[in-house]
Amino acid sequence: MKAEMLDSGVIVTVCGEELVPLLDGGLWWPNERTLIVSDLHLEKGSSQAGRGIFLPPYDTAKTLARLKVLIQNWHPCRIISLGDSFHDCNAESRMSETDQQTLKELVDLQEWIWIAGNHDPRPPANIGGHFRETLNIGPLSFVHEPGQNPKKGELSGHLHPAAKIRRLGRSVRRRCFVGNNQRLILPAFGAYTGGLNITDAAFDGLLATGSTAWVLGTDQIYPIAVAQCV
Amino acid sequence: MSASLPQIFVNWFESRGWNPRPHQLALAKTAGSGESVLLIAPTGAGKTLAGFLPTLIDLHQNPDQNRRSIHTLYISPLKALAVDIARNLEMPVEEMGLKVRIETRTGDTPQHKRQRQKLTPPDIMLTTPEQLALLIASKEAELLFSGIQKIVLDELHALVSSKRGELLSLGLARVRRFQPAVQMIGLSATVALPDELRAWLKPQIQGEADNLAELITVKGGARPNITVLDSAERIPWSGHSARYAFSHMYESIRDHQMVLIFVNTRSQAEMIFKELWLLNEDALPIALHHGSLDAGQRRKVEAAMSASKLRAVVCTSTLDLGIDWGDVDLVINVGAPKGASRLAQRIGRANHRMGEPSKALLVPANIFEVLECRAALDAAYEGAQDTPPVRIGGLDVLAQHVLGSACGAPFHEVELFDEICSAFPYRDLDWETFEQVVDFVATGGYALRVYERYARIRKTEDGTWRLTHPRLAQQYRLNIGTIVQEPMIKIRVTSRKKSGRLGRGGRVLGEVEEYFIDGLAPRDTFLFGGEVLRFEMLQENEALVTRTEQKNPRIPAYAGGKFPLSTYLAERVRGLLTDHQQWHLLPAQVRDWLELQRGLSQMPGRDDLLIETFPHEDQNYMVLYPFEGRLAHQTLGMLLTRRLERMRARPMGFVATEYALAVWGLGDMGRAIAAGTLSLAGLFDEDMLGDDLESWLAESSLLKRTFRNCAVISGLIERRFPGKEKTGRQMTISSDLIYDVLREHDPDHVLLRATWADASDGLLDLKRLSIMLERVKGKLVHKKLQRISPLAVPVMLEIGREPVYGEAQDVLLAQAADDMMRDLAKGKRNES
Repeated sequence: MKAEMLDSGVIVTVCGEELVPLLDGGLWWPNERTLIVSDLHLEKGSSQAGRGIFLPPYDTAKTLARLKVLIQNWHPCRIISLGDSFHDCNAESRMSETDQQTLKELVDLQEWIWIAGNHDPRPPANIGGHFRETLNIGPLSFVHEPGQNPKKGELSGHLHPAAKIRRLGRSVRRRCFVGNNQRLILPAFGAYTGGLNITDAAFDGLLATGSTAWVLGTDQIYPIAVAQCV
Repeated sequence: MSASLPQIFVNWFESRGWNPRPHQLALAKTAGSGESVLLIAPTGAGKTLAGFLPTLIDLHQNPDQNRRSIHTLYISPLKALAVDIARNLEMPVEEMGLKVRIETRTGDTPQHKRQRQKLTPPDIMLTTPEQLALLIASKEAELLFSGIQKIVLDELHALVSSKRGELLSLGLARVRRFQPAVQMIGLSATVALPDELRAWLKPQIQGEADNLAELITVKGGARPNITVLDSAERIPWSGHSARYAFSHMYESIRDHQMVLIFVNTRSQAEMIFKELWLLNEDALPIALHHGSLDAGQRRKVEAAMSASKLRAVVCTSTLDLGIDWGDVDLVINVGAPKGASRLAQRIGRANHRMGEPSKALLVPANIFEVLECRAALDAAYEGAQDTPPVRIGGLDVLAQHVLGSACGAPFHEVELFDEICSAFPYRDLDWETFEQVVDFVATGGYALRVYERYARIRKTEDGTWRLTHPRLAQQYRLNIGTIVQEPMIKIRVTSRKKSGRLGRGGRVLGEVEEYFIDGLAPRDTFLFGGEVLRFEMLQENEALVTRTEQKNPRIPAYAGGKFPLSTYLAERVRGLLTDHQQWHLLPAQVRDWLELQRGLSQMPGRDDLLIETFPHEDQNYMVLYPFEGRLAHQTLGMLLTRRLERMRARPMGFVATEYALAVWGLGDMGRAIAAGTLSLAGLFDEDMLGDDLESWLAESSLLKRTFRNCAVISGLIERRFPGKEKTGRQMTISSDLIYDVLREHDPDHVLLRATWADASDGLLDLKRLSIMLERVKGKLVHKKLQRISPLAVPVMLEIGREPVYGEAQDVLLAQAADDMMRDLAKGKRNES
């Protein structure tokens, strides 16, 4: 299983470290047996309930189920969640008991690190795991928001990158990893998280010339030059 | 003159030199009895005046009625129509010296006036269905309608076949509870099933026979004068441009005072408008009118029409209904008429006076449309009607109404249920479904009950459901209505400075659907507002464009029509094909084409389904001719390719038109059918509407758009308001994601039911498909040919022009990735 998934994907090298972007939006770092995900936005669905907007309350369960599959497939020693793991500071209290239980069990399976995000600047109260503003491991650094003058080897999230291409008068828009051999921005992993086009002004100055988008297709990841995206 | 008219009215008719018409007198007679009535009359019959006679007479005879209540509510589908009617009504009121206050209430009415209208309402309020819904949801509703006597519903035939009609029917049921004796007066053009409209006007009781309003029918005016363009030019095999007919159309404009040119799509309107101006040596004032143009621009065109300053207007269905703009002496309908009633309505725009014949010219854009035009012409002469039936009320609309009811006042669920069932579209609603809808409104209606503490409405100790917070009422008012706009992008024209940079400012020309802009690359050119524009860039929610000298836009216009061919016309076209006797009515080139088909293959029969198979350029084709409209054909195409795949016929794709469906693949389907290894009966078995449909829909994104509409109407997600979307796309939750999650985790949810009901009626056209499959059972005619048949040529030409199904979007991604790999490889070679 593992070998096949490695095969299907592409390898991205950041600061000499080989990283494997996964179809589901996670990132696998084989040398450290570390799984990296970003922007889970747990309980985004219930976040508007106070205003009388009742979105289907199944997003947390779905996100956790996908995460569980990744953990079962890769058996990581460590998981790093790159911030905005919870949609807001009350998310934990809105989460159903079942979902809380599932998450706790997942967290206990290996080392788990929550990076602080703008949606979740504080650690969760009862879930467990370590909480860090930022983190450095080897040549890589882990942070929620991509910096304008980043350290080499920065892995970040926050922007929910999505790439759009046009061909034959039609267009396709998909979530993507985007970056180069110095830095990488991860797609959002949560079930209700949309994408922001990498041509949006929010990405200005973040993507060096010659950057690549690793676009999540249905059963393959497609490396596409950022310059080709619209 | 009749005794039903008070003397002052008799005098007024005389002073204008008019004789009251029989239907006007018949309506006047109902002023006292208050009996609800449906008036069916052709345009120009004095329908509106007739509709208001009971009101004017009653107000004249009983001047001092309930001052805190509206006396008469007038509802029309168009805001502009309400304003226009108000103006026209002032004349008799003023001339007879009646003390009647008439006011409009639309989205344009200023807030302070709306407030005032609630406190001191006018006698006659002219408004739209959405405004009624807003009134119902206000605290003043009961008082405002406590003394209502009459409700006049204009263009009722147009209202009842949409979700707006469903919401309106619920609003009227509510008004009826405030004032059970209220008289409903429906005004309608001729319809296929008048009894449905009669029942729509009256309260219904579940399980009992329909309660019908009185019916007054005015026979049609003079027989219209319709011709199908018989051109010496060759009629194209396919396409929708009608280019061959432009000079003929221009001549017609020259020969008439005022011509309305109706087309089916905005892009057709754009193209014809531009081409007519290229021919316009006499500089005749020819204008353009369609829904995307800036509203100010449209108002200008309408005013110029009224002032007889124009000679022709190219327009879409925006001018189908309603107001008389000037004296039109010719209507040209370009392209397929789609339906007999639709055509009759358009033709009626010419010579809008009783007794004078309307004159119309039908211009088919391709050879199949000649048949459709001919069939529509025959139908028009017979006065045949094919208006769509009244829709069964949607659950999304019901959810909106339930919340609106709670905004107005607390409700008892049993009372509300009875009230809702009295509305014709909801007469068959069952209690369980109703409870689910109430539950949805209260807490989302999910199997997982997590929103209890946030409930929007809650059952209190006295047994009524109450709104939990007044803020919800405000929110509700912003989301009211059943018209869900496609996300639109403004088109702003700018210019390039000398530096090559784009200027900032410039005029807004109008707006187009976001998906159209999504398909454009910078520097692509397209036609809009009669000009060729170059797309430069997307800036926030505006598309910046520049004007260009280029003559031919690069992006071809989307050619499909919004409305599918009506079942009735389809049947007539099939009849025409089968009936050799009638062929002499067709142009010679069409006749030759059909004769050729008869010789080389055979004609489709009236009730059977002709299936031709032939090889063509390395592929094997199967072409069928169901004549059931594009939507049903698309659904059939999806299902057939799935089945063919399972039967190992290796299908590759298909294309659907209004008339035919072509499927192609690698396997020789013709031989397999002839050899009996591919069973036609099995292929077309009705069971394809079961599991195959289910599994296809599970993968398809087709239902997502329908879901989005239902989600907005039901209040699950909020409307997007232009200008308030800058928070960035990643923050709003797309309805597609919600749909996926809901389908997976709560497949029986009430909104999915609503979506399914909507799609099977609309986008998928399942009803029509299932009737067709039933009809052709045992009557599948296979014709194995060595080469393409004459009848197949038009649909084969659509391949490459129309979207082809069966190609995954990932193909596009793969190509882009390949390009990059190639570039990289090239770069490496250059380096070395």
